[in-house]
Amino acid sequence: MSIFIDKLTRVLVQGITGREGSFHARQMKAFGTAVVGGVTPGKGGTEIDGIPVFDSVDEAVAKTGANTSVIYVPPPFAADAIYEAVDAGIALVVCITEGIPANDMMKACQHVKAAGARLIGPNCPGLITPGASKVGIMPGAIVKPGNVGVVSRSGTLTYEAIWALTTAGLGQSSCVGIGGDPIIGTSFVDCLEAFEQDPETEAVVLIGEIGGADEEAAAAYISNFMTKPVVGFIAGQAAPPGKRMGHAGAIILGSSGTAADKVAALAAAGVPVANSPTELPALIKKALARASRAPEAGCSKSRCGGGGSAESAVGAFSPHTSEHRVVPEMVVCPGLSLYKKDVVK
Amino acid sequence: MKIHEYQAKQLFADYGIRVPEGEVATSPAEAAEIAQRIGLPVMIKAQVHVGGRGKAGGVKYAADPVAAEKVAGNILGMDIKGLIVSKVLVTAAEEIVSEAYVAIVLDRTTKRPVIMVSSEGGVDIEDVAARTPEKIMKLPIDPTEGLRPYQARNLAQLLYHAPALVRQTAEIIMKMYRVFWELDASLTEINPLITNSRGEIVALDAKITVDDNSLYRQTKLAAMRDLEAEEASEITAREADLSYVKLDGTIGCIVNGAGLAMATMDLVKRHGGDPANFLDIGGSSNPQKVVAAMQIILSDPKVQAVLINIFGGITRCDDVANGLVAAFKQLRPSVPVVIRLVGTNEREAAAILAGMNLPCAETLDEAVQKAIELAGMPVTA
Repeated sequence: MSIFIDKLTRVLVQGITGREGSFHARQMKAFGTAVVGGVTPGKGGTEIDGIPVFDSVDEAVAKTGANTSVIYVPPPFAADAIYEAVDAGIALVVCITEGIPANDMMKACQHVKAAGARLIGPNCPGLITPGASKVGIMPGAIVKPGNVGVVSRSGTLTYEAIWALTTAGLGQSSCVGIGGDPIIGTSFVDCLEAFEQDPETEAVVLIGEIGGADEEAAAAYISNFMTKPVVGFIAGQAAPPGKRMGHAGAIILGSSGTAADKVAALAAAGVPVANSPTELPALIKKALARASRAPEAGCSKSRCGGGGSAESAVGAFSPHTSEHRVVPEMVVCPGLSLYKKDVVK
Repeated sequence: MKIHEYQAKQLFADYGIRVPEGEVATSPAEAAEIAQRIGLPVMIKAQVHVGGRGKAGGVKYAADPVAAEKVAGNILGMDIKGLIVSKVLVTAAEEIVSEAYVAIVLDRTTKRPVIMVSSEGGVDIEDVAARTPEKIMKLPIDPTEGLRPYQARNLAQLLYHAPALVRQTAEIIMKMYRVFWELDASLTEINPLITNSRGEIVALDAKITVDDNSLYRQTKLAAMRDLEAEEASEITAREADLSYVKLDGTIGCIVNGAGLAMATMDLVKRHGGDPANFLDIGGSSNPQKVVAAMQIILSDPKVQAVLINIFGGITRCDDVANGLVAAFKQLRPSVPVVIRLVGTNEREAAAILAGMNLPCAETLDEAVQKAIELAGMPVTA
């Protein structure tokens, strides 16, 4: 078992004739992924390394039975590629492309949700289930089948963590890179939910970074619903506020989205947070040992006792929001990032 | 990307939002001329991309052109949180009857634009949010449907009772939403939105932050980038397609991937050092990018050691090694350079670098500690 992808995953590569698309189509195939086709409008009828190329996703799905697509299309056309995949009935769309306008993504996410599909990314390395399938750009050589789930907003930092696990003898059930953009299809919580339900996953590594409140939402979810142990790492302790640190989503705005807040939220939810990615394997081993001592899965929730109430996590998650005082047509959105200080009169 | 208040006000005015008359000046004499032309008492406002300029003395009243010249002379050249003021906005001073706050932000959690209004205008909105959150109303907008007039009206009614004021405010909110959506903003904000003695609603301040990912199609906004307001090294880095943020420390960092670059900086701090920068050379790093990165880092006089941390996945370590060889030939660095190249083609990379006798490290922590040590600083575990 695994989450999101397995041996039954049949992958279509959108943008397969491009530099990145063709390179990674080959890499995925070499890993053992069932890459059943590619799409590049105008290049239908050709082949890339034995993979048939089609003019549209519709046609490709009809002829190959693909259920997953991975997008390597340049930013101006990537949102359209997501629509095309979803409209053709693709259930899992993985968008690698970096640099898609947030406005395009807000609309696309809504469309994906309405269609009942799942989008991972954009601006992500994709996902990998060791021994079964990889969709995206993660290096296949660093993974090893096992029972640790990995979910992260980053690319190479995830590889660093996976490599640390693998060299410590800890294999992975699935590794998911959810992407470094502010608007992404699949959140930490979505992945934690899937890992919680996956019988093969016994513990989860969560790698977050500055910006937004997804880690805080994850902390609230963990303290309320997770029975499996989670350990974390948060990048960006040394990042200055107001500066975008590479990823479009990695920015501290005002006082929201700091690493310290995220570490505190996770710690309050009973999640041990590593000081360095190299510490993650030891934390996982400890967590697994403790979990195996707990008589029932449900009882392991007691590890969240003490300071880890759901309330405190939710409080940390949306410090500026109060739930009552909602004007009828108003929705108070949790975790809304407020911009501060740069407000000048 | 941030744009200046005067630019944001111009854009608001283009969309029909009332802003006080004003022009930008780069010299005291010019400020006096503008004040003369406006013919009213004016405000002189520093145009810098940093918050708290009012508290720092960058916003001042001037009753007449003579005062305007003097005040502008004081503000121009002023250092506000490390940024030198080179432009001031000279703008008609308004008589303020009441102040409100209106903003539209990209909300990551709801994946929607959220409109925020508050009757507590003219103050730090995050303070309001912390102390009296019930005074801020938030409305997420369906990005496909856009903002409906009734929604704008309902928001306006939270701020005002008088029908004329409600109507004007609702119109401004509708226009602000158009600015937000059509210009690919991640933030549009008016603080304060005021009513003046003539019963008009005026945007006394204006702020627009543009989504960097949209600049390819927002060419008019891209041209508003103020290169003077940025670090020269950050501009060079952008031109070389490197993601770079200058910091104040002594350990230069060259890393592939944003998350790993942040984690590397964090570890530098943790082990007792201070990172000089954030630098992500990107996914498929060709040798030229490594040379450009080294050039930028070495031109920072504070840098005492350089740490190169590459986890090769898509990035090939031998490409980076070739870039390093070229960079050493061209730049002859006078500070120690610590190298960690792991992953794809690491053996080839090691062979390329074998003759250079550079300090290498296996693990991330080891590399960081070595760099700090070679920079002559005490290392903490």
